[in-house]
Formats: sequence, C-alpha cells, structure tokens
Amino acid sequence: MTLHASLRVSRAGFSLELDLDIEAGEVVALLGPNGAGKTTALRALAGLVGSSSQITHNGSTWDGLPAEKRPIGVVFQDYLLFAHMTALDNVAFGLRARGTRKAEADTVALHWLGQVGLGDFARAKPRTLSGGQAQRVALARALATSPELLLLDEPLAALDASTRLRVRSELGRHLQDYPGHTLLVTHDPLDAMVLADRIVIIEDGRVVQQGTPRDVVRQPRTDYVAHLVGLNFYRGTAHGTEVRLDEGGTLTIAEPAEGPVHVVFPPSAVSLFTEKPAGSPRNSWQAVVSGIEQHAHTTRVELDGNPPVLADITTATVAELRLQPGDALWVSLKATEIHTYPR
Amino acid sequence: MKRVLAVAALLLAGCGSPAPAQTGVSGNVTVFAAASLTESFRKLGEEFETANPGTKVTFNFAGSSALAQQINQGAPADVFASAAPANMKQVTDTKAVTATPTTFARNTLQIAVPEGNPGKITGLADFAKADLKIALCAEQVPCGAASKKVFEAAKITAAPDTLEQDVKAVLTKVSLGEVDAALVYRTDVKAAGDKVEGKDFTEASNAVNDYPIAALDKAPNAAAAKAFLDYVLSDKGKRVLSEAGFAAP
Amino acid sequence: MRSRLPVVLVLPAIAGLAFLLVPLAGLLIKAPWATLPSQLFSAEVGQALRLSLICASLATVVCLVLGVPLAWLLARSDLPGRGVLRALVTVPLVLPPVVGGVALLLVLGRRGIVGQHLDQWFGISLPFTTAGVVLAEAFVAMPFLVISVEGALRAADPRYEEAAATLGASRWLTFRRVTLPSVMPGVIAGTVLCWARALGEFGATITFAGNFPGRTTTMPLAVYLALETDPDAAIVLSIVLLLVSVAVLAGLRDKWISGPS
Repeated sequence: MTLHASLRVSRAGFSLELDLDIEAGEVVALLGPNGAGKTTALRALAGLVGSSSQITHNGSTWDGLPAEKRPIGVVFQDYLLFAHMTALDNVAFGLRARGTRKAEADTVALHWLGQVGLGDFARAKPRTLSGGQAQRVALARALATSPELLLLDEPLAALDASTRLRVRSELGRHLQDYPGHTLLVTHDPLDAMVLADRIVIIEDGRVVQQGTPRDVVRQPRTDYVAHLVGLNFYRGTAHGTEVRLDEGGTLTIAEPAEGPVHVVFPPSAVSLFTEKPAGSPRNSWQAVVSGIEQHAHTTRVELDGNPPVLADITTATVAELRLQPGDALWVSLKATEIHTYPR
Repeated sequence: MKRVLAVAALLLAGCGSPAPAQTGVSGNVTVFAAASLTESFRKLGEEFETANPGTKVTFNFAGSSALAQQINQGAPADVFASAAPANMKQVTDTKAVTATPTTFARNTLQIAVPEGNPGKITGLADFAKADLKIALCAEQVPCGAASKKVFEAAKITAAPDTLEQDVKAVLTKVSLGEVDAALVYRTDVKAAGDKVEGKDFTEASNAVNDYPIAALDKAPNAAAAKAFLDYVLSDKGKRVLSEAGFAAP
Repeated sequence: MRSRLPVVLVLPAIAGLAFLLVPLAGLLIKAPWATLPSQLFSAEVGQALRLSLICASLATVVCLVLGVPLAWLLARSDLPGRGVLRALVTVPLVLPPVVGGVALLLVLGRRGIVGQHLDQWFGISLPFTTAGVVLAEAFVAMPFLVISVEGALRAADPRYEEAAATLGASRWLTFRRVTLPSVMPGVIAGTVLCWARALGEFGATITFAGNFPGRTTTMPLAVYLALETDPDAAIVLSIVLLLVSVAVLAGLRDKWISGPS
C-alpha cells in the first residue's frame, strides 16, 4: 500500500512542489537546508497549512481534510507535550479525542509508555521529564492512535549530543516495528542515514536528489549533499581517464568514463606536501591553505587551488608541516580514490 | 441705552476710578454652593464680577453635605450656600461659621413626569400605585428628606422603585422615561428642560426647603465674601433666583 | 550573593506602596471602633453585603461565559478589524461608569432600543432590579477579564493547539482541554480583577439599576448614601467591604494563584 502525496504550497517568495510516495513500513527522510520547505511539507501532510495538495492513501483522499480528521501522528521538534497533563494523559489524549472510553484509552496509553520504556513515569508531568524521556512520551503519544502516517519533525534536534545517540537508536527500533508510513524531517544527515530507508533531499522547495542512504552517500548530486556527506565534489566532462572540471583544473581517474560526470573523493584521500611529490601519484597540484578546522581525530584543511579541495590529515602531519593559513602546499591524490558517475 | 452705561462703567473701572456705589472689593472670592444652585449662581457670579471690577468668583458646586465636610476639613472657602439648614448646621457646629446664616431662597417640591406624562400622573396619590415606576431621592439627601415629609403629611405610603443619590440621577430617569413620576424641586424641573414636565401639588407646602448662606469665619477674602453675600440678598440677586424657580424667603 | 536592589527602583516602589496603603490606613484610623460591632451586624449592612457578593459573583459568571469566548475570538480568529474591536472592548474602561449606566438605559431601559421590546413582548423590565445590578456590574467589569484572558491567549503558543489537532481533537475539545488550561493563570487573574471591579461598582449600577434596599442597594451605594448624613457609618461600611474583598481575594490567591504552575 502506497501513500501518494503531491504537495503544493505557495506563499510570498516561496513555493513548494514535492511529490512523495511512501510505502507501508517505509521510513522516508526529508533532508534539506534551513528554509528548503521540509517543515512546510510536513505541515501540508498533517493538514496544518492551507495548500492545494493532493494526498491519497488506500483509495481515499485526504485533500481538504483538517488535521483532526487525518489518520496521522506527529512528533514535533520540541515535542509540545501538554504541560498540565501527566505523561499518561498526554499519550491517552489522542485516543480520548477520537472517542475511546477513558479506561480503555488509559490501558492503551500505558502500553505505549511501556513500549518506550517509561511505564514508571505515567503520572509524571512533562516538566519533570528529561529531554530524552519527553521525546519518548511524544513518540508514544503519536503512535498511540495507530496512525497511518507518522510524521517526525526534527525529533532529535532538541537533545544534547550524548542523549541523541541513544535516543536515535531507540527511535530506529520503534520505526522498524511501526507498520505505517513514516516521514522524517531532518537537517542532520546522520539521522537520515541511520533511520531512513530512503532519503529525499529538497532545496528551495524542489527535490534535488533521492535514493537509499547508500546511494546518496556515494553519489551526491548537489554541493549541499556533498557537503552533508563530507565529500569533495566537482562537475566535469570525462574523456577516457581524464576529467576536465567545470570550474577549472583536470583530474586523472583510474576507471575510464565519457561525457558529463560528477566527480567525488573523500578528504581523507588527499595528501599534503611542502615539496612537489617525487613519487607516482597521478594527480598533484599547488594550493594555498585558506582554513584549518580541528575535528575529533583529524584536522580538516581547506585549500584554494585549481581545483579547490578539502583535505583531512592527521594531527601528526599538521605538526610536521607547521600549517598556517596562507601556506602554499602541494596536493596529491591517487587516481584510484576518485569516483565518477554520470550527471 | 443700558448697554452704553455698562460700557461707560467698564471704561471708568478700567481707568482705575471706582464705580459709584461699590464697596471697592477686589480679588478672588471662592463660593461653595449646593449643586442645585449651579445655573443661578453662575449667572450671579458673572453679574457680580461685572459690578465689581477686579473681582473673580470661583465656584465649587457639589452636594451640600460634601461641601460641608470639605469646609470642616479646612477647604479655603469664602462663602457657603447650602441647600439645607442641616448642612449649614454641620459647619456652624464646628465654628467654621459663627455668624447667623441668612435664608436667601426657598424651594418647593414638584412632581416631575416624562414629556407627555405617559403614566397619567395627576397628583401625589399616584405615588402609592405599585404598577407605576416611581423614583424618589434617597432620604439621606435633601430632596429625599423633603419628600418623606410631604408623604407623611399627606398620609400616603409611596411605592418607589428606586431611591436615587441625587436630583440629577432622578431627572435622568425621568427624562429617559424609565420612571413615570418622581418628586424633585421645582428648580430642578425648570433646569431639566423640555423632556421633563413639572406638576404642582398642594401638599408641597408641607416641605418648603430653605437655602441658607453664610460667610466663613476663616474666609481668605472676607471683604469680597461679604460683598458677594450682599449681592445674593439684593434685588438683583432675588431676580436671578426667581428666574430659576426659587421662591423668595 | 545577589547585588543589592537598585535604589532607583526601591524608592518609587515604596512610595507607590505607601500611596496605595496610606488612604486605607486612614480609613482604619478614623473608624469609629466603639460603634463598629453594632453597625456591622445591623440588618442593612448584612443585606447590602449579601447583595454585593451575590451580584458581583453573578456578574463575574456572566463575564466568564461571554468574556472568555470573546477573548478567544480577539486572540485567535483572523476577523477583519480585530484591532478596532479590541479597542472597542475596552471602552467601558474609559467611559465614566455613570455614562455606561445611561448607555445601558438607552438600550435596555423601559424605552430603550432593546428594552422596549423586552417589556412589550416578555414583560421583562431590567432597570431597578437585581438582574439590572448584575448587568451593570458585568458591563463595567468585563473588559478586565477580556483583556487579561486575551493577553494570556496571545502569549500562549498556538502550536499546542496544532498538536492537539494532529491527535484528532476538535477545536472545541482543544479549547477546553489544551488552550484553556494553559491560560488558566490569566483567566484566574482576570476573574479576580473582574470580581473586584464588580464588587466596587457604583456609577453604572446606581444609574441603571437605581437604589432600593434589598433589591439594588449594594455596598458601594450604601456607602455613598451613608456619606451624605453619617460619615462614620460610611467608614464602617467601607471597612466591611474592604475586609470581605481582601479575605476573598487572599483566599483565592492561596488556592489558585500562588500554587505550583
């Protein structure tokens, strides 16, 4: 069973045109920069924003239905738990609103609180819960009504880094068990990679790329995606083992190709030298250090050259080279590290 | 011709020579007067200022009891004109006034009905009818006390729907037609204009209200206070008061 | 340790407090304590006090029933001319209450625009009745409730209402179970203000409902008339009104306002 959504929202200076198909049991992540229209898409699906969208599911259409008439569950970014109700009342709210009797609603709600590991917190008020606990109550609240479509709006954004890791894996487990359709809105590529079966990337209200996490990581199609997955990314034209890059420079590749291609390689594949390397790397060019950024175990060096490039090098190498912005260095890259795919 | 003389008098006054038959008073005179005297005393004040160049009359119009309290609290008044002897007594009791107050006007009650007399009121006896809407002044205020006296003398048990806090409130209800009849002073009926009609009744003679006036012992401007008092009691003063519906004492 | 409170705030605050409390102290100092008990338990005082409490409470109920939905409309709807409406709602605040009373007479009086039909068709006449007192008090007091509830509604995050909608709640259910509880402090504050204003109402009441003991003579009217002849009695009545309102408000505060929010 597929949920077809053809979302059309327009307002001053912005329009969203997004066609989405979500299979039952599938988790689709909507990934994109701020202002791309991710949340607008979610609100259009939920019926919270006026739109001329068409949504069909299982032979019925949701067009024009107000939010309260749609079989949906939403986990909001800051959860929006009702502060004056206990965790149990929060989770039971949707069932009560849909006409379930109190005793039965409480039983179901308690079951869901148990499912997210918060059976002991039924009587707790939201303000006494930690961020991770509140997120789980919000998930239980959204799932308690057994919705056809589960919408998650940046469900991990409000959590600190260490909590996020744990809550992410728990969320992944719940999403696997959930039989309905799931749309996850996020700007964090890691959330999308870990949680989604398929990633849809939008920029400026339009889809720029979609595919499995593996495809997206390996073959980004826009600068934004390449930046998200941390790859050096160029457009060029291949002729045999040589690629002429659109923005200048030439790279030698191992696998011959023809015609317009995307070119990617990881920053870790790049080596830096003070002298022109004497050995056999097929690609080397001069570049000037324009930025240095310390990461957990590596240092990312940004270099201006032809082409410009990002390099991840070890701290030992940084010390050895005594790197400073403005230093002129030699960039070296093995042809076998470069990956091309047709545009 | 009259006007020419008045202008001449003004011109003379302007030249600094005192007008004939004047007392030579000047400065500000502050008069605390009952609210029911508002229109007539404003007129008197203007005439007094014209007759006594260099004087300025400032009025404080309010309920007589409020004025009496203000005077007893030390308000800087020169003259107190009360709507009832009882309120004058409040200030003589505290020796704020030691001279004997003079009665300068009398007021009698009149039946006030809305324009056209929709309740078909003919006399005081109608005030006993329960199906008519009746407004009276509260007993605590002078017109209410007088009304009570009238009803007792006439042996009528009035059936009021409301006991208003002052005459103006009563007249508001009469002019809006909210009540069929009310008992107020004839000066009030006169001041209320076309929307209120007044009906005299014989029993009114049982409650004639005296208006006493006196200069205060601590009057900041004793000479002017005396001059104003004399002016109120003069023939000119009487004429203004009778135009407003007051009877002479 | 926190730094000391700034003098520039503390001095005006103390002056403000004194400005509010010294007149009350004056009332207490000048009160005729000897005759107080006999005044206090006189039938007239009891009657006026009971009438005041009943009317102020009924007026508050009227204000809640009409005012909370009105506040919701002003805060949440996209009605055209909402700004003008909001300003109009506050008119009874700036109108001298006596004028408010006259306005009520012009509409609901025996010859009023609506009142004449009430009288002809149903035989209902509101002036000079206890219902009239309730109406006059509600007219004057309602803006206090509307303004404070509307303020609370506008400060409340409307996304909670969206969350309720996604859970299948109708707008009415959302209003009852989500919106109203979240603005409860504002509603309570507005109710208290509204009740206090109704309790002290004088001008509109005496103009619209008149003054008749046991029917329309509330405490403020009794105080005013007592002031005409017997200032001591007026002070006693004022103190009674003061004590009762302070007791009620303090009781409410303990129960509703200072509790954990």
